[in-house]
Amino acid sequence: MSPGQVQPEYRQRVLPPRVSTLWWLGKGTYFAFILRELSCVFVAWFVAYLLLLVRAVSQGDASYQEFLAWSATTPILLLNLVSFLFLIFHTVTFFDAAPRAMVMKVGRNRVPGRVVLAGHYAGWAAASAIVCWLLLGA
Amino acid sequence: MADRIKLQVARYRPEREAEATFDEYEVPCPKDWVVLDGLNHVKDRIDGTLAYRWSCRMGVCGSCGMMVNGEPKLTCATFLADYAPGPIRVEPLRNFPVVRDLIVDIGDFMRKLVTVRPWIVREEEKPLSAGEYLQTPEQMDDYKQYSMCINCMLCYAACPVYGLDPLFIGPAAIALAQRYNLDSRDEGAAERHRVLSEHEGIWGCTFVGECTRVCPKHVDPAGAIQRYKLTAAVETVKAFFMPRGA
Repeated sequence: MSPGQVQPEYRQRVLPPRVSTLWWLGKGTYFAFILRELSCVFVAWFVAYLLLLVRAVSQGDASYQEFLAWSATTPILLLNLVSFLFLIFHTVTFFDAAPRAMVMKVGRNRVPGRVVLAGHYAGWAAASAIVCWLLLGA
Repeated sequence: MADRIKLQVARYRPEREAEATFDEYEVPCPKDWVVLDGLNHVKDRIDGTLAYRWSCRMGVCGSCGMMVNGEPKLTCATFLADYAPGPIRVEPLRNFPVVRDLIVDIGDFMRKLVTVRPWIVREEEKPLSAGEYLQTPEQMDDYKQYSMCINCMLCYAACPVYGLDPLFIGPAAIALAQRYNLDSRDEGAAERHRVLSEHEGIWGCTFVGECTRVCPKHVDPAGAIQRYKLTAAVETVKAFFMPRGA
């Protein structure tokens, strides 16, 4: 190389990474993750359904009966059944993450993850029991 | 048990190929041979042009991470016999640019790693005459799990978020930041918080959890990230209600 000549910058020809659009079908755990993300749509539906129920109740008995009749139709029943299954899945996977995110200590000892998990399930059971009592017992 | 097994090895020779191809080699398969032994056999006896990284052969250096039948693995800890009768497909780690054959460019990780300051940060160093920074076994237990990371990059190869969003700082960098945040000798958590609490930091993680499943050292990067999300959320609430500090 002659004096004054500039060495061209060396550029490595690399193979860039590529991610397939269907990457989430490549593995069971990826698919479960996508289902968990999808479950948020059904959470949103139940929120909307609850708001519709509140509106129907606030508009009087006729409106409430109409809402009940609409809820008993096959498409809504099917949608609510699928939504319920997705909500269970959403809740279980959310609870599974809790012991890893929450590091609790009693004195110098870390509370075992299964105890944190059991606490969440106990809270869920208690909340469900209160709702059942309100619906059936009160 | 089969005494030989086929390896389908990804080849990328940038000077003559625009895309990766696969070459097939038959290697011995004694029960104590790992995939790395198979690759070394290919390199020594069959095809000396094969390029890959390795060093310690004992799961410590983190150099020999590759995709083995689609799973990120340390090839020094992955036995050929477990895949009998084969074939075994060996590819470079996913989500990284391939430099040659099984060698990937991990420069992106190295650049991101320093942004979380993965070392002990002190506001003021005490003089040597004051002695060591003492630590109880319980204090050490707080961060020890995260200190086991060997930067093998298997977690990045397993993480679809990193594959889809290259700005995401990634599992190992966050786990290593937590390793120092939880160290009783460290005072750099506030500096790391600025990097970790950005969108490309912890909030980029959607908790697929694959990083933890593939980690050969049981570091649990996914746990580290979820744990820091809780910390960051608490810090945000505290900053909102107590803007001048506690």
